[in-house]
Amino acid sequence: MQPIIDITGIRKTYASGLEALQPIDLSIQRGEIFALLGPNGAGKTTLISIICGIANPSAGRISIDGLDIVRDYRQVRQRIGLVPQELAVSMFESVWDTVRFSRSLFGCKPNDDYLSNLLKDLSLWDKKDSHIMALSGGMKRRVLIAKALAHEPSVLFLDEPTAGVDVELRRDMWSMIRKLRHNGVTVILTTHYIEEAEDMADRIGVINKGKIVLVEEKHALMQKLGQKTMTLHLNAPLPEIPAALQEYNLQLSEQGRALIYQYNSADRKEGVAPLLAKVGELNIDYHDLSTKQSSLEEIFVSLVHQPDTHNAEATP
Amino acid sequence: MNGYGIKAIYLFELARTWRTLMQSIASPVLSTSLYFIVFGSAIGSRIVEIDGIHYGAFIIPGLIMLTILTESTSNASFGIYMPKFTGTIYEILSAPVSALEIVIGYVGAAATKSVILGLIILVTARCFVDYSIAHPLWMLAFLMLTCLTFSLLGFLIGLWAKSFEQLQIIPMMVITPLTFLGGSFYSISMLPEFWQKVTLFNPVVYLVSGFRWSFYGAADVHIGISLAMIAIFIAIFSALIAWIFHTGYKLRP
Repeated sequence: MQPIIDITGIRKTYASGLEALQPIDLSIQRGEIFALLGPNGAGKTTLISIICGIANPSAGRISIDGLDIVRDYRQVRQRIGLVPQELAVSMFESVWDTVRFSRSLFGCKPNDDYLSNLLKDLSLWDKKDSHIMALSGGMKRRVLIAKALAHEPSVLFLDEPTAGVDVELRRDMWSMIRKLRHNGVTVILTTHYIEEAEDMADRIGVINKGKIVLVEEKHALMQKLGQKTMTLHLNAPLPEIPAALQEYNLQLSEQGRALIYQYNSADRKEGVAPLLAKVGELNIDYHDLSTKQSSLEEIFVSLVHQPDTHNAEATP
Repeated sequence: MNGYGIKAIYLFELARTWRTLMQSIASPVLSTSLYFIVFGSAIGSRIVEIDGIHYGAFIIPGLIMLTILTESTSNASFGIYMPKFTGTIYEILSAPVSALEIVIGYVGAAATKSVILGLIILVTARCFVDYSIAHPLWMLAFLMLTCLTFSLLGFLIGLWAKSFEQLQIIPMMVITPLTFLGGSFYSISMLPEFWQKVTLFNPVVYLVSGFRWSFYGAADVHIGISLAMIAIFIAIFSALIAWIFHTGYKLRP
């Protein structure tokens, strides 16, 4: 299937000489939730700004639905909704006026029914006549989402959507994003919260210092790089690791009451079954067992902090 | 053509005028009234007529020009500077609207407001002096063209400005002095010959002169030259705006 967004060789060098994006190639599949993960200053916002037409690239091209973002900017931009990172919203307007403005700005016929439903979905309906400056930060964030969705886009960009947002709104937002995906909207979100990517995304791209370090289907990524840890909680403490289990590199903890085994779940040869069988043979009794997959955070940290001598020289 | 988009920007900008009605309409009307009292009544009692026109009536076109020049510039520059300042410009830049459509929306709204303002001042003037308009259609045409020209200039300043200071420096330091020295309150034929020549380098002279011609059929310079000057300004300002949108200078980093 043709990807909905196709990014080829996008580069961005600012006048100051700062290289914000090194040549980037990236495809986003139709209908997926893609999380662009990276530390502050990695180039996430720059990339999104270029796709949405807010910044000009230094080189490269981007197509959406097969349409070029420069040549066919009208058709392209009608398909895109953007929720920016900053709470940039006209303070003196009412909520209702501002969503109507957005819809109309994007060239859509007025449709008050659609907009009413949108505001209801975002729990903004009872605030529709309030001036935006009277709203809380979380409510302003909802207004920005409503504005981005006012013209019924098929691709939604969320730039750090949950930065500084309370738990309730975060939960609401995630359920809204899932609902959008269900309706066929492609969602690209940037974040530096790893749980967010882990919870939401179908695929994850990691960006660091203007370079896409990795793009992977989330489960595959976690499996590929994911170490698992199994802990056996023993009934009686062991003084030391039995010689028969030497080959598994086990560790003892909790004064000999827990046996810890680290393995790679993708590697079938390792697995837990042979170990458990051996433990059974040795008559070691255990009352519980738990396994834990290493989180995306651990994977991420290992990727981003890889020593990169080439970049280290370029950094002032 | 994104007609809905143009309309959205245009109405948004006009709504800003209604929100700030006192500042937008009432204060220029008040200051114009003060000019009429000071210049028209106090000084006018000493200067009876210029070119056969009663002094109070003579200054009407100049006073209107004085107000709409500064108001067009500051209103249009503020209109585009604020979204840049608050960050809401992201929405305009990411919308399917062309540069021309953005300009029509913003500049159209600023010019509309100035035309309304000019007409209000004209009506206000009626309370102070009697006047007649020799060429009403030309008067409207000059009014609208001038509002358009200086709204374009204001838009340009708003695109260029990086701070509130830069935003205000041109209306305050350039446009207001040029208007005062542009024959708003006198006929340039009253100046010594040398200063008459210098004055011809002041673009506002041509606007005031043309506008006054539409009222009283008398002008310091030929009406054709006035129109040509307006056309030249529109061309220069439009070209600069087009260049900014084309290159992204200070607009799309």
